[in-house]
Amino acid sequence: MSKTTIKLNVNGQSVEAQAEPRELLIHVLREQLQITGPHIGCETSHCGACTVDIDGKSIKSCTLFAIQAQGSEITTIEGLGNPDKLHVLQEKFKEHHGLQCGYCTPGMITRAHRLLEENPNPTEEDVRFGIAGNLCRCTGYQNIVKAVMAAADELNQPEAVA
Amino acid sequence: MIPGRFEYHQPETLPAAVALLSDLGEDARVIAGGHSLIPMMKLRLAMPEHLIDLRAIGTLRHITVADGQVRIGAMTTQAEIIDSGALQQSAPILRETSLQIADPQVRYAGTIGGNVANGDPGNDMPALMQCLDASFKLQGPSGEREVAAREFYEAAYFTARDDLEILTEILFPVSTAGYAYEKQKRKIGDYATAAAAVLLGKGADGNCNHAAIALTNLADTPIYCEEACAQLLQSGVNAASIQSAVQSAMGQIEPVDDNRGPAEFKKHAAAVILKRAIDIAWSRN
Repeated sequence: MSKTTIKLNVNGQSVEAQAEPRELLIHVLREQLQITGPHIGCETSHCGACTVDIDGKSIKSCTLFAIQAQGSEITTIEGLGNPDKLHVLQEKFKEHHGLQCGYCTPGMITRAHRLLEENPNPTEEDVRFGIAGNLCRCTGYQNIVKAVMAAADELNQPEAVA
Repeated sequence: MIPGRFEYHQPETLPAAVALLSDLGEDARVIAGGHSLIPMMKLRLAMPEHLIDLRAIGTLRHITVADGQVRIGAMTTQAEIIDSGALQQSAPILRETSLQIADPQVRYAGTIGGNVANGDPGNDMPALMQCLDASFKLQGPSGEREVAAREFYEAAYFTARDDLEILTEILFPVSTAGYAYEKQKRKIGDYATAAAAVLLGKGADGNCNHAAIALTNLADTPIYCEEACAQLLQSGVNAASIQSAVQSAMGQIEPVDDNRGPAEFKKHAAAVILKRAIDIAWSRN
């Protein structure tokens, strides 16, 4: 099968890749575009480590062919913050020890970002239900939930600029 | 895990999709949200030579309530169902069920059409559609037809849909009766160990004037429990009639041993879940 040119907007930049229809978005992001924040955890649509934001939805990029994302706007962890200027969620994960090995963290934060966009004042239950598609095998989730709640609080401060 | 090679098609209209499927025949598969098919393709349990993606067909994505009837386009996602105020008014059991399907990421992508058309006994919408007495609209090369959800499921992954037909729309009457979708599962994201969809209407005299009960993942198709419904309609909803309704429903199920537990355990769980669903549905009148 021939390759198709896939045009995407990733983290605000227009990019192109050549991919066969059977290539999954996570592989194109990581191997062709060198966007290695989204991780491959289970590759079976369960763990959420590959979560990216596509046109305002949290999507497991291991369960979408790159060609299906043609023309879409994608945000990954790289688009949320950087080492010089962390996103509030990243700050709070750091402060509250919301990670141990860190493998699930990019997916967790990308998902939590969309959750807080949709529900800026979540209860603890809302957070737990809202990140149910992201598995963490280290933390037991307590500190992840604390970090997301703390980020929501900070984002809701009047002076906060997200 | 990389799927086998295939050619990708993205028709923009339903007639174009139907024509393409007719031309390509059994070498082609239709893809909706892809969260059942893509995992199967990765495992090479499905190896279609052509994928016909319905995502660009805007007419397949809608929720319409008019003249006492609800119509939902097949490409409507679970997330769109959850967010629909119109559906919450006209059939609140939909939202209750959708919220128990998989996880947030899957609900953004997974569609109601895919959930009902796939014929996976683990899917939650088929029993719900039987409970609501829904019909499925099928569009094929020789035109359009409607099949009742209660007639649609033949065996695991076998349905009344012909290979050349596309399921386009789901229709059911507005349902404001007391409702419950109760699901026992090992964890969020799992398929049901046992689940029950129940609708119970209460008349002005306090009697039960509408009853519909269907069960998920307790046989190789959803199970519609006609006799259990008749018992609640005849005897009213009380401890004795609930017990005999549950007993009758349990006579219809055929769970099998698997990693969700032995059949005996599933029968126990099914009875508990169904009784709970009946209690909740009746209390919501």
